[in-house]
Amino acid sequence: MMLMRTCKEAAALLVAREDRPLPALERVALRLHLAICDACPRFERQLLTMRNALDRWRHYTDE
Amino acid sequence: MTIESQLAEYQGYLLRFARLQLRNDAWAEDAVSETMLAALAKPQSFGNRSQLKTWLVGILKHKVIDILRERRREVSLADDEGDGSEEIDALMFKADGHYASQPADWGNPEQDLSSRQFFAVLETCAEKLPAAMGRVFLMREWLEMSSEEICKELQLTPTNLYVQLHRARLRLRECLELNWFGKRAAP
Repeated sequence: MMLMRTCKEAAALLVAREDRPLPALERVALRLHLAICDACPRFERQLLTMRNALDRWRHYTDE
Repeated sequence: MTIESQLAEYQGYLLRFARLQLRNDAWAEDAVSETMLAALAKPQSFGNRSQLKTWLVGILKHKVIDILRERRREVSLADDEGDGSEEIDALMFKADGHYASQPADWGNPEQDLSSRQFFAVLETCAEKLPAAMGRVFLMREWLEMSSEEICKELQLTPTNLYVQLHRARLRLRECLELNWFGKRAAP
């Protein structure tokens, strides 16, 4: 089905989203998957944590 | 304190970042030396240490980009000596597309993100990335270059770049889970 994604596919989209905008179809498919999945939202939060961590690290001037 | 002694104090700090980004000790030493020379040529005084550090890191980033540009041919050689990414994918997912093991709840990481040990683990994880992958990842995350800029500097195709970044992010996630979040969550 056009808008169905496996966890593996959804996770790949979540990672890709860190570096490039996703096409509209993929954005919708991802939203729908995240709404019905328990595991992928956790993976999404992990990526968000990594993004925040890298951001802090970049500005981390302490020795 | 003289500018010379201040620079000496930050040498190790700058070298750490240069090595992480360039993955070559000689290039990293060049980048830091160039940074020191530029700082000595135009000494500025700063009210506090963190301003001086920020200024030096800013110069270093420019020197590092110059070296990446000069060494483009050596840098963009993809090390395709099997980087183990397929194995990571296979570890993470079953053949039917489900997680082999569920991603853990990393909880509220606010406390982690202000811990010195956490950043040490993060740097070690970045260091463990294969050289070519680590360079493009740090170009994105430390030098804050856009995908277009990285492709242009290294003459990579966008697909090639995204594959490298994708693998780097998965590896970093795995490494942080193993060496920080997984350990911390243990009862």
